[in-house]
Amino acid sequence: MEAFLDTFFNGAVLARYAPSILQGVWVTVLLSVLIVISGIAGGSALACLRAYRIRLLSVLIVIYADIFRALPPLVLILLVFFGLPNIGILLSSFTVLYLILTLVLAAFAEEIVWAGITAVPKGQWEASRSTGLGFTQTLIWVVLPQAVRIVIPPLTNRAIAITKMTALGMVIGVPDILGQATTAQSFSANASPLMLAAIAYVFLFLPLVIFSRWLETRFAAPGV
Amino acid sequence: MEAIVTQFFNIEIMVKALPLVLQGFGITLLICVVVIPLGLVGGLLAALASVSQNRALRWSAIAFVDLFRAVPPLVLLIFIYAGLPFAGLSLSPFAAVAIGFFLNNSAYFAEIFRAGLLSVHKGQTEAARSTGLTQTQALIHVVLPQATRNVLPDLMSNVVEVIKLTSLASVVSLGEMLHAAGLVRSLTYNASPLVLAAVIYLVMLWPVVRLISRFERRIAS
Repeated sequence: MEAFLDTFFNGAVLARYAPSILQGVWVTVLLSVLIVISGIAGGSALACLRAYRIRLLSVLIVIYADIFRALPPLVLILLVFFGLPNIGILLSSFTVLYLILTLVLAAFAEEIVWAGITAVPKGQWEASRSTGLGFTQTLIWVVLPQAVRIVIPPLTNRAIAITKMTALGMVIGVPDILGQATTAQSFSANASPLMLAAIAYVFLFLPLVIFSRWLETRFAAPGV
Repeated sequence: MEAIVTQFFNIEIMVKALPLVLQGFGITLLICVVVIPLGLVGGLLAALASVSQNRALRWSAIAFVDLFRAVPPLVLLIFIYAGLPFAGLSLSPFAAVAIGFFLNNSAYFAEIFRAGLLSVHKGQTEAARSTGLTQTQALIHVVLPQATRNVLPDLMSNVVEVIKLTSLASVVSLGEMLHAAGLVRSLTYNASPLVLAAVIYLVMLWPVVRLISRFERRIAS
């Protein structure tokens, strides 16, 4: 028992490295917030563009969304982080992680919001247009508000899954929670920093996971 | 433009990298063959526990699922691979990947199976029981087939997620496809091997991603 505590909850090691892991928490939170905002905004914008049914544009959006949904994010992160400097583009590891995860979330968000838009009955479009609203006005004031209900639970789940991927930043040296913890672990030769990191993630994400569970029952389709 | 071609789409380097990357691809497939069935079975068991009548069982299943949905898979993997040895428990990279993915995937598959089980009307079990089937028989022959069918797109899309997740094994130096491609990249200072790996992932997963989108739209309409 004592050996266990010494390995995973070592007071001296925890006290020494807690500040750097707390800094990592800040980096993880900042990245997550930025990714969620820009990813969901970007994905929703693309889904709206697709509603105009301009053939070439829609095909391009689908190809983008498919590629970023099919490729493992870590492949993209390594590709951009190690590839771009060779053609003279230098980006910080923070920027690379932010860009890639935003693009990945936007791809998933586009598909989810698009599914929501197509699920709104055609009669809603027609009724709204017949009152004199334009296409864009109908999309914004009539269709999107109804799509939101269908879209929120899967979008929340996906946003949580992708913000958790900020831990991948450790591979390219982003000083997020996991990055700080692995550095601390190799300096201290003790597993306590990793335990602290795991606890930090549980503190950050468990409320979100429980919240998404609540959302699913709250927005559950009636009769199912 | 030419720099982009030589740095990212260098055929010569891709041809050199191909044998190693394909070997890595074999290991990626091997990981999939091990972790997907494990995750499905673990997820199904956890889902059954999470809808059980027994309160303690139900809550421990839900706690398990939520805990492992909250911890990023890479954190779990590194904890198992680099943390447990300090407690005297050294695992091979493959064992660490298998255990970490089992815990993570079970939690995600459990959530999907749970939704499937809840989507089957109670009357189905009652009707099955009244024909003389036992509780277990009713579950296996009547409830599970319907539950699985109802969540098939979600199950498929999670399988895609698991296949993508195997790339994390490269971090604990298990020589799967991304690890192999990364190795050749560091030897050649050229990103083409990574592009090659990306292309192989795309060829493997794009059709499935398309199929899932189709499925989801058909169910929505």
